[in-house]
Amino acid sequence: MLSILVELSGFAAALLFILGLKRMSSPATALRGIVLAGIGMLVAVLASFGYLADVDEAARPHRLENLGLALLALAIGIGWAWRSGKNVAMTAMPQMVALYNGMGGGAAAAVAAVELTGPHGTDGLQLGVTSLGALIGSVSLAGSLVAWAKLDGRMRSAWRFKGQSALNALVLLFTLGLASAVVAGVATPWYLGLFFAGALALGVLMTLPIGGADMPVVISLYNAFTGLAVGLEGYALHNPALMIAGMVVGSAGTLLTLLMAKAMNRSLANVLFSRFGESESSGGGEVHGQMKAADAADAAVTMRYAGSVIIVPGYGLAVAQAQAKLYEFVKVLQAADVDVKFAIHPVAGRMPGHMNVLLAEAGVPYDLIFDMEDINDSFASTDVALVIGANDVVNPVARTDKSSPIYGMPILNVDQAHQVYVIKRGQGKGYAGVENLLFYGDNCSMVYGDALAVLTAMVQAIKDLPAH
Amino acid sequence: MSIDLSMSWLIGLYVFMLAAFTGYEVISRVPSILHTPLMSGSNFVHGIVVVGALHALFNAQTVAGQAIGFIGVLLGAGNAAGGYVVTDRMLAMFKPTAGTATKKE
Repeated sequence: MLSILVELSGFAAALLFILGLKRMSSPATALRGIVLAGIGMLVAVLASFGYLADVDEAARPHRLENLGLALLALAIGIGWAWRSGKNVAMTAMPQMVALYNGMGGGAAAAVAAVELTGPHGTDGLQLGVTSLGALIGSVSLAGSLVAWAKLDGRMRSAWRFKGQSALNALVLLFTLGLASAVVAGVATPWYLGLFFAGALALGVLMTLPIGGADMPVVISLYNAFTGLAVGLEGYALHNPALMIAGMVVGSAGTLLTLLMAKAMNRSLANVLFSRFGESESSGGGEVHGQMKAADAADAAVTMRYAGSVIIVPGYGLAVAQAQAKLYEFVKVLQAADVDVKFAIHPVAGRMPGHMNVLLAEAGVPYDLIFDMEDINDSFASTDVALVIGANDVVNPVARTDKSSPIYGMPILNVDQAHQVYVIKRGQGKGYAGVENLLFYGDNCSMVYGDALAVLTAMVQAIKDLPAH
Repeated sequence: MSIDLSMSWLIGLYVFMLAAFTGYEVISRVPSILHTPLMSGSNFVHGIVVVGALHALFNAQTVAGQAIGFIGVLLGAGNAAGGYVVTDRMLAMFKPTAGTATKKE
């Protein structure tokens, strides 16, 4: 009887997850969505204690002991994650999500390990699915940890060596070979250990050469991986709730990953296996003209008397910790009846949508923020575009120069605005290592300096204007 | 009372297919402004693996099984709790312009 309740609670959890994720389609209902999904999780976890009622015969003597261990593990896991989640800075969100995701992958791998070492004489399909889940979960665990270390600045961003792809392929074949031994039922504990070690090594090796702006794609991919692993382990455990939740996340994560890759005009394979940003000596070509510098105060006054301003923030804004100051500047402009909007490129920040979170944290209302496809046609009719800490995503070279490494990447049409101001630390190039033609345009002026200092000067300049 | 709760591999395949399409359909409607909370939210959802880990730990008979189960529950619980907290924190920050949702001024 109890087991039916456990199954039904799994059904309720799956339903609440889907309803919750569905509510995430609008900022107005999204918060209720996650609460709904949270209730689903709570129900499922509480109900799973019902498993205790009908454990395997051989596990009965250990029942109390295992209950204690479970409560301890839950307390430590929830306690640590709750604290770290409450305290993490919004700029550090990508590595935190990577870490939580890796833990999920690790949990899936642990479930698989228990299943594979268990005494049940399971059939080949069952073993195959379990092993596949173990492989994907382990790759996700190790890969996410490497991604976390890189994003957290604990590790060099891209680590490459000769014959890397060959080594990766070799490790993959080795691991798959061990997996087939497991499926064939000839695996000793030694084989299993090697299998898990190979899978973990594969995750590390796959992630090592990836760096910089490609990190968001990788985190998203591993999120999908963990979902897939959980779904497969759900099959192994005959648990439809895990199957549904895992597969929903698996496909959602895959979609998100492909959207990200598309926003950078690259295929997923290109992100994972190419050496972007290394062999770009030919790209670019001669640039004619000169960059013009402008004074922060002059730029601020121009915007104060403009009819419309579109602001294009990039990760450089967050590096300078200038989001709050930027919103203060926006409020000053709004008080002077300037129409201010934000334009966000899909790959701004370090994970999909990261810049939106950083702006929301600073208090910017979401109705001021626009996606690229919604705002790109408005630049031509806009008086001033203000670019802060963004580079490649506003480079018109992507539209015109076929030899450029960023050719074809969708960009924000900043160059079409009547006047463009770019706040930038110095004259350096963007991540792709390409000269930015926008900066040399007749309608563009550079405001050099730290974003926080420049924005502070801009706010002051407008406040100093004589009142009418 | 006994109800057959077992599942054939074919039913499993159907479940996977329908769940995959559900995920695709639900997510393709989410605006890119919400992609980070969406990612941490879906990250939270696969924390359901903690249920599988609990099942494994409850059925553990050896010290090795108990150790692996313990680690699984710990990691899964961290995944679920962490994913929930950060998603909740981020979503609470998204607010419309004051006055459009609630008349203030």
